[in-house]
Amino acid sequence: MKKLYSLPAAICVLLAVCGAWSAGAARREATAQPKPAPTSRMDGLAAWQQVYSVLTHPRCINCHTATNYPQQGDDRHRHFANVIRGQMGTGVPALRCITCHQSANADSTGVPGARGWHLAPLSMKWQDTSDKILSSSEVCTALTDRARNHGLDGPGLLKHHTEEPLVLWAFHPGRSIDGTMRTVPPLTHEEFVEATRKWVAAGMPCPQNK
Amino acid sequence: MESYKLTVNGQTREVTADPGTPLLWVLREELQMTGTKYGCGIAACGACTVHLGGIATRSCVVPVSLVGTRPIVTIEAMANDPVGRVVQDTWVAQDVVQCGYCQSGQIMSAVALLKSTPKPTDTNIEESMGGNLCRCGTYVRIREAIKAASQKLK
Repeated sequence: MKKLYSLPAAICVLLAVCGAWSAGAARREATAQPKPAPTSRMDGLAAWQQVYSVLTHPRCINCHTATNYPQQGDDRHRHFANVIRGQMGTGVPALRCITCHQSANADSTGVPGARGWHLAPLSMKWQDTSDKILSSSEVCTALTDRARNHGLDGPGLLKHHTEEPLVLWAFHPGRSIDGTMRTVPPLTHEEFVEATRKWVAAGMPCPQNK
Repeated sequence: MESYKLTVNGQTREVTADPGTPLLWVLREELQMTGTKYGCGIAACGACTVHLGGIATRSCVVPVSLVGTRPIVTIEAMANDPVGRVVQDTWVAQDVVQCGYCQSGQIMSAVALLKSTPKPTDTNIEESMGGNLCRCGTYVRIREAIKAASQKLK
C-alpha cells in the first residue's frame, strides 16, 4: 500500500528545501564579483581629462618633449649640462641619463632617480617644438595610437600607468637640490590609475575638439 | 653611518660613511684617491666623472648608498686600461691640457665615448663631451685628441 505523507510533514520538507536553496543563492551572490556599472562615453571623457591633467604635469611632460633634450623644473626649462636625447632616448655615450639619474631618488644631492631613467620616444611627445603643451585631443590621439605607443591597448596602457617605474616616480619625485620637495601631479597614483581604468572601460574616448 | 664594500679599480674597499655621502667624497676623503676632482658639485661640469658599472657617471651626485655592487673605475686606473692608456698618451702628445683641473673628468668621458663609439664623428664628440666644461677652453684640442686616439685604436 502506498504510504502518504501527512500535510504538516510535506510543508516541513518544502520549507527545508526552499531554505537550503535560498541559503545557497545568498552564498552564490556573496561570492560573485559585483558587475561594474557600464561607463558612459561622458564618464570616459571626464576620466580622460583627469588623466590628461597628470600627463601634462611637469613631472610627466618634462620627459615627453618634442625636442632633442628633456626639460626640468616646474617651469619646464631646458635640462642643464647640455643633456641631449640620443638615439634611444637614454642620452649619448659619455652623457647618459644614468650618468646622474640612479635607480632611486638621491635626496642628499637633489637628483631624482628611478629604474630605467629615459626620455619618452618622440612618437609620444606631448608638447610641440616650441614647448607648448598639446591639446587634450592631440595627447589622447597619440596615446591611443598603437603605431605610436609601442602597441599598447587599453589594458596595456592601464598596466603602464599602474606599474611603470617612471610613472610611479612622478608621484614620489623626491627632494630638489634646494631641499624642497618636488611638486606632484594633481591626482594621487591611485586616483590616476582609477581614472585610467574608467577611461579604458569607456573605450578610451578622445575629445573631438583640437 | 653605514659600512659599504666598494669595488674600486678592481679592488674591494670597505668604507664607513653616511648613506647620503656622494661617491666623490668617499673616493677623495675616505680612500684618498684625489685624481677625481670636485668642480661644481651639481653634475654640471663633469670634473668628477668616474665609470660606474661601465657608465660615465658624475660621482658628485651619486650617494654611496646607491652604488651597490657596480664596479667603480677612476682616473687612477686609466694608465692600465687599453683605451685609457691611448687616450692619456694622446692627450700628452697633443698638449691638450692647460690648467688641467677638469682633465681627469674629460679623459674619463673621452674613454667612455671611445669604448662605446670607436669612430666618433664631430657630432658624437660634441654631444658626448658637451657636459664636460673646461674654463681654459681646451675644447678644440680635446676634440682633435679624441679623433687622434680613435685613429690609434684602429
